[in-house]
Amino acid sequence: MSSHAAAAARWITVNGLDRPLPEAGSLAAVLDEAGLSGRPVAVEVDGAVVSRERFGERSLRGGERIEIVTFVGGG
Amino acid sequence: MTEGAPQRTVVAPADAPLCVAAVQLMSRLVVGTGKYATYAEMARCLEASGTDCVTVAVRRERLVNAAGENILDHLDVSRYRLLPNTAGCYSADDAVRVARLGRELLRDMGSKSADWVKLEVLGDRRTLLPDPVGTLVATERLVADGFTVLVYTSDDPVIARRLKELGAASVMPAGSPIGSGQGILNANNLRLCLEYLKDGDPGYPVIVDAGVGTASDVAEAMELGVDGVLLNTAIAQAADPERMARAMRDACAAGRNAFLAGRIPRRRYASASSPDDGRVT
Repeated sequence: MSSHAAAAARWITVNGLDRPLPEAGSLAAVLDEAGLSGRPVAVEVDGAVVSRERFGERSLRGGERIEIVTFVGGG
Repeated sequence: MTEGAPQRTVVAPADAPLCVAAVQLMSRLVVGTGKYATYAEMARCLEASGTDCVTVAVRRERLVNAAGENILDHLDVSRYRLLPNTAGCYSADDAVRVARLGRELLRDMGSKSADWVKLEVLGDRRTLLPDPVGTLVATERLVADGFTVLVYTSDDPVIARRLKELGAASVMPAGSPIGSGQGILNANNLRLCLEYLKDGDPGYPVIVDAGVGTASDVAEAMELGVDGVLLNTAIAQAADPERMARAMRDACAAGRNAFLAGRIPRRRYASASSPDDGRVT
């Protein structure tokens, strides 16, 4: 693995922003770091929805793109 | 026993409720939750409008200061059916993706109607007119994925019919561009939409979505025979939103009753209301 690839392996993208992969490496850890545990959110990883029951078991790899969404006012 | 004015009870005339995908809604207004100055004002307006179905948008959660207020803290979900939209999507792919996220949010909240979606596939950022091809594609995919699709579309009757054929639970033609306040620009097209969509299926729900500016626009739409009106900006951006919400509720009821009552035909010449016979000459 090149040093560039090794560095990339430690980063994920959360809502469009690059973030270091959390120590625990799970989706639950990402939500916890963002202060969103227990909040009304839906999450997808690389375009696939992950349900709340699986946040703990879903381990993340570098380069994965995570979207965390909620409801806002809209018409 | 003292004599007083005779008591008279005014009973609302008979009407079946608006029914979408076998679900009855108590109000014929679907109200958006965007553009209010505060959540408290939004809550008061929803109450005043009498609606029991409100639209919401799906957006990225803030990662900084995420512990702030959430709209769900201000919406009684036991009272209002939430209808997530796909606003801001310019492709069928994006709309399907956002619809699935909205469904997941509703499922996570324990909603029994998590499969409802207000589908929007937009074609242009300035007019927010729908992309008819993208809308057809997304409707087909969402119906196949088990969604109950209430679809925003133009007032084109042929596209409206195609959307119904693809399995849309409700076709929702625009009165005029979203948030424009121009009202019903092509009543004839809406009549044709109604004719196509209700042919042999009079209960099929047709909802005017977008463009109304004031109460008379809602009444006009309802008088045409549509089953409901979806609106947001006309209430949220009115000088007195809560009063406008009440006006919209009254206009919706007035328009519905006028449609059911059956208006008189327009005539070129006058028709006296008082008898000719017995005039003092």
